[in-house]
Amino acid sequence: MRFSIILMQFALLPLLCYTPALQAQEKPWQHLGRKASADEIKAWDIDVRGDFKGLPQGQGSVAQGERIWEAKCASCHGSFGELNEVFPPLIGGTTAQDIKLGRVAANANNSVAQRTMMMKLARLSTLWDYVNRAMPWNAPKTLQTDEVYAVVAYILNLGSVVPEDFVLSHENIAQVQAKLPNRNGLVRFDGMWQTKGKPDMQNQACMKNCDTEAISSSLPEFARNAHGNLSEQNRLIGGLRGADTTRPAAQALMASTTANLPGTTSSNSKPNAVKAIPTVAGMDMKALLAKNTCTACHGLKNKIVGPSMQDIGARYQNKADAEAYLINKIKSGGAGVWGSVPMPPQSQLKEAELKAIAQWLLKEAQ
Amino acid sequence: MIVAWAMNGEMLRPENGYPLRLVVPGVQGVSWVKYLRRIEVGDERYDTKDETLHYIDLMPDGLHRQYTSIQECKSVITTPSGGQVLMDQGYYNISGLAWSGRGRIKRVDVSVDGGRNWRTARLETPVLSKALTRFNIDWVWDGAPTILQSRAIDETGYVQPKLNQLRALRGTKSIYHNNAIQSWKIDRNGEVSNVQVS
Repeated sequence: MRFSIILMQFALLPLLCYTPALQAQEKPWQHLGRKASADEIKAWDIDVRGDFKGLPQGQGSVAQGERIWEAKCASCHGSFGELNEVFPPLIGGTTAQDIKLGRVAANANNSVAQRTMMMKLARLSTLWDYVNRAMPWNAPKTLQTDEVYAVVAYILNLGSVVPEDFVLSHENIAQVQAKLPNRNGLVRFDGMWQTKGKPDMQNQACMKNCDTEAISSSLPEFARNAHGNLSEQNRLIGGLRGADTTRPAAQALMASTTANLPGTTSSNSKPNAVKAIPTVAGMDMKALLAKNTCTACHGLKNKIVGPSMQDIGARYQNKADAEAYLINKIKSGGAGVWGSVPMPPQSQLKEAELKAIAQWLLKEAQ
Repeated sequence: MIVAWAMNGEMLRPENGYPLRLVVPGVQGVSWVKYLRRIEVGDERYDTKDETLHYIDLMPDGLHRQYTSIQECKSVITTPSGGQVLMDQGYYNISGLAWSGRGRIKRVDVSVDGGRNWRTARLETPVLSKALTRFNIDWVWDGAPTILQSRAIDETGYVQPKLNQLRALRGTKSIYHNNAIQSWKIDRNGEVSNVQVS
């Protein structure tokens, strides 16, 4: 027994929302919508089920179908249903032996790179219903019932399921179903349909010295920036940042990129510390940059939040008033020169410290 | 199954299926139909195009499985995850999400050595049936390259599988329902990337 519930805009909402205590009150939405008429339900109720329940009477020949196909279908699917440019191919990969057995051998031996519709189709109702409901793509539901039969007959002929003089009808469609090449190739798997169904496999909860596997596949280098620059799509708090995918991966940790300055020796064993930054104008630059948390946002060679120290130096070292410009930028802060993230003013720095940092950026950081 | 018209205290937004959509807990998202206009109730499955030709799983023997809708138990570490960078060695809170289409999450284990050894993570409450469940676990990274994994167990006792276990049974043509353990590779430079181990 099958029945239909038609939702006309919000017509059914009161039914879904009512509780008995509320039913006596008038609802503000009770005048919205109306019941669907019997004719409307009939027009909407076009589904054709696996057992052909709902299939309207009619018939169509392969020859009629070919004419409709060339006019309305071939531009997307190809004259023989073989085209793989707009949609995956409809026809191909099935044999006379498959039609005899009802199982498509290529599905098991992977001899066809891309499965076609005909290799998968297990129920003819599926094809009939979809053509009737959705084709042609640019004008669905414009085919007459007999035209749907004709188009389906033509597709079946392209797949060598019926001969070229065949006429498909509601009377013989069940017999044609019994010739579909993959009619026995589709099984319902209740293990993953029922909530309490039996899974087909599962793991063991091993905790110590478990079996491991080697890396078999990695993201290819060309896909590194496929989703835009991830450094701009991740938050700037905590111990993680988005990778700068516009550049190759860095050689070292972000936090250690102020190491390895030229002319210095690396004796500090803490790899993530700012280290080996030389003294400028009698000042310990490493201590100065660390104390004022410059290195939280600026790596020596890497952009972190702000630009790298080397990039800053490179950009301004030929500017006439570079030192004064950088002193002002560090002291007053700024935004918009290197990106939208603002640099806060560093008003705590003394003039001599500002001067030393600016000089260091322009010369020593290079 | 729920016919939903509102979410988070407001009408459904157009991108979420306004005015009406289905909510089908535990079942793959494609069944959560948006923009409902009509409901037809039947006593037999309909075998329409997508559920007969597309959302089917090809097994190694050439049979297609149909109506595999349940989202089996899965988890994924969201922090750290692919595309992120660990700025430094030291402490991290590993955090992620677990879910099961068959009920509540019972336990989530995390490995920071590519699946060799596992520790049980803390679950954030409330732990609800067929709902996302957040887990957390402490980790101190020593700077060595490694692989992070999480493994969820649901209230039926089902243990989230490894990729090679799924492939051994389902082959490589069954592209849906990949609920295998997710692996994130950590490089020496702190970069986290998506890898498969099998």
